[in-house]
Amino acid sequence: MSLDKNVKINVDEILKDLESYRPKRRGWTWRKPLDPGTKIGEYEYDNMSENLKESVPLPPAKFFNNIDPQPQEVITSEIASGRFEDDIRRMRMAAWHGADHIMVIRTLGQSHFDGLIEGSPEGIGGIPITRKQLRASRKALDLIEEEVGRPINFHSYVSGIAGPEVAVLFAEEGVNGAHQDPQYNVLYRGINPIRSFVDAAEAKHIMAFADILQIDGAHNANASSKVAWKVMPELLVQHGINSLFSVKVGMRKDLISLSTVPPMTAPSPEFRLNFVYALALRDIFKEYKFRAQMNTRYIESDLFDATRIHVLDTVLSRLTKADLQSTITPDEGRNVPWHINSIRGVETAKHTLVATDGMQEFVGPKMENLREPIRDLKIRSILYMEDIIDNGGYFEAVEKGFFVDSGYFPERFGDGIARKKDGELGANTVVDRDEDYFSPVEMFGYNNIPEQYSNPSDAINGSTFERPEKIQYIDELDETDNVMVRMETNREKDEKGLIKPEVEWKNDGVIQLDMTIPENPDVAEAAAIEIATRLGLEEPTIISKTVLHPAEGSYIELKAKVPFFVDKNTLKIPEKPEILSAEEVTAYTHENPIHVVAGTVGNDEHSVGMREILDIKHGGIEKFGVSYTYLGTSVPVEKLIDAAIETGADAILSSMIITHGDVHLKGMKQLDQLCKEKGIRDKLVLISGGTQITNEIAVESGMDAGFGRGTHGIDVASFLVKKLKDIRE
Amino acid sequence: MTSEKFEQRRVQLDKLTDEELNQLFWQRAEEIVNPLIDLAKKNTSPSIERSVLLRMGFNSMEAKIIVDGIFERDLLGKGVGGILVKMAEISGKDYLTYGKELVSGKNWDEIEKVYKGV
Repeated sequence: MSLDKNVKINVDEILKDLESYRPKRRGWTWRKPLDPGTKIGEYEYDNMSENLKESVPLPPAKFFNNIDPQPQEVITSEIASGRFEDDIRRMRMAAWHGADHIMVIRTLGQSHFDGLIEGSPEGIGGIPITRKQLRASRKALDLIEEEVGRPINFHSYVSGIAGPEVAVLFAEEGVNGAHQDPQYNVLYRGINPIRSFVDAAEAKHIMAFADILQIDGAHNANASSKVAWKVMPELLVQHGINSLFSVKVGMRKDLISLSTVPPMTAPSPEFRLNFVYALALRDIFKEYKFRAQMNTRYIESDLFDATRIHVLDTVLSRLTKADLQSTITPDEGRNVPWHINSIRGVETAKHTLVATDGMQEFVGPKMENLREPIRDLKIRSILYMEDIIDNGGYFEAVEKGFFVDSGYFPERFGDGIARKKDGELGANTVVDRDEDYFSPVEMFGYNNIPEQYSNPSDAINGSTFERPEKIQYIDELDETDNVMVRMETNREKDEKGLIKPEVEWKNDGVIQLDMTIPENPDVAEAAAIEIATRLGLEEPTIISKTVLHPAEGSYIELKAKVPFFVDKNTLKIPEKPEILSAEEVTAYTHENPIHVVAGTVGNDEHSVGMREILDIKHGGIEKFGVSYTYLGTSVPVEKLIDAAIETGADAILSSMIITHGDVHLKGMKQLDQLCKEKGIRDKLVLISGGTQITNEIAVESGMDAGFGRGTHGIDVASFLVKKLKDIRE
Repeated sequence: MTSEKFEQRRVQLDKLTDEELNQLFWQRAEEIVNPLIDLAKKNTSPSIERSVLLRMGFNSMEAKIIVDGIFERDLLGKGVGGILVKMAEISGKDYLTYGKELVSGKNWDEIEKVYKGV
């Protein structure tokens, strides 16, 4: 099975024969860096990695021969819809935009599930991580990575009360990265502290066997604390505890990645704090990897706000160091994880990292100003640890509420998260290993292996890690809550070619509308709901509002459901005109010269689009033997016609850009009318172009043809040749 | 930590070089982490034992039933996988068959007899 880029991925095929599917590989993969100075297109880059086979480049790429440089940093996309069969589509879209780390969020409550979940039940805010779900997703990613030409790292969470089992599942099913940090269990999941650390040791040991990259959980203190910068000394401590604990159970430092977020954002003077913190962290942990996450602490639902913050966060990654650049969207504030926002997050990271290529060659930190604040942070974190030791150790410090306190150490507010050493979920489940303790697998800690075995798993003729055929696959446990039932509800519509828009699930029907209403936010909100209802949309919900002025206006974004399907078979899709080949066009113009006059009509100074169509170096009509007289921008219609008469032109090419009202329509009609009045309309080919022009609109307005977005010189040249052949004959 | 104590200790740390500060950071981290590592080496949990059974080729439902049964009988400290290997040997069955029998409620008396002498 392989993918065709013009065909949707077949989830039925993915689900077939899953019981015997084995992942292609184990372990984490970094991108392959290109040598500094490597050229991509006509530009030299220092910080890029190998190109993809297939991708969607950044929007401006069409002005740069469609190059799509890929930064050296692995880029993460978080996927969290609750239905893995729909997530597969989103993974493919994210991979095409440059994500090679697909992080699957777990369903609400899985961390408190004492064991593994099986089958494919629907999740809330994420998916239940099961063997079936992992295997199907990995199988899909194995195909997608072939399609884009770069390995994709699959990632989820080894946290909660079943850490070691989840780690085994991940090692067996080809999961490449995982969050693992016992402190996360203790502080944010209310799981017994002793159980969390004892389980973590074995879970990490298994992850180390499978070369799974670990991401820690310290960044959560950032998101949970009242004032994020005040936990900076604690963050260093949390990273230190998890990193060292991981090394001591057998993890390689180059597979331990610190999850770090720039703590502050504007309107605070964020750079002063974020830069010092980032440098201090990277100095203490220089042997480790860094996963830079973008800040969400202060973002509610404004996408532009998120984009601005995330660009700056990523610039900080470039100025300091990141091995993985994660992306996140303000979707929680917008109720739904939108496909498009996931893609935008990836584009923001890619754009910023490509844009700042080579930055460190020109700018760097002024250490004479930075040394003291960096030392201050280090000293606070060292004394923070001394305070833990003075109080009897980690568990005692947690009981006393040391962590996520809003004071700036040594100050303490007494509002930290306190957890009892012998309390919380899973208390009193940890048991001493007896002297004759034996497990017939290689594990962390005491294991009294009988003398006859050189390797503990000799006692069982090899474990699933050496003999994966021993793995038992459970398909489904619930007849009503599973992927086949969910897919069946959409099957008939698919077969009939019925379409609905979607933001996360097939046929969810959700669309987004945005509008400016010249009223205060309360009135605007109610008006927006009324408008959506009268449009026939269902369940309209406001997802974001922006005050433009307390009385003058509000900007509202809402989501709502489209209640009907569109039949693909009844749609009128404009036929693409047949284009002559470059040779045919050139052969004609060589024998029958063509000359055109061109200009941008009306009060508009844009000339980019028109130059693209004309210039030889952009593949414009000149390349195909058409000569032109270019009159520039803001050209009156009369002047275009006069120039056409003077130069004996065969055609007029006018660029019409909408500045207000229907000025583009008026421009075209006027051109047609004046040519008729001068009696030259029959001899002149009139062509208009612009971002808002379609052939239909142009022809209705008296033109011979219209060209919109995505037009190339050959399209125009081909039309000219065909039309002039008719006229001249 | 009182602010007086903080200031006192800070004066001492101010004398250290940047690299010495980094070393001290890791030294203090060791002091916190070493007891945690020691704890993890000497202990086990139901999840660790279930993870062993998964690696032995049991499915998650079987692993849960077997580990729960061993935990209830206070024998987790022997190692559930080890118990299965030993009991299978004694009874002349392979360990997977023996484990599946445990899941269906058989063999539990035998285990108590061998490990508790009752």
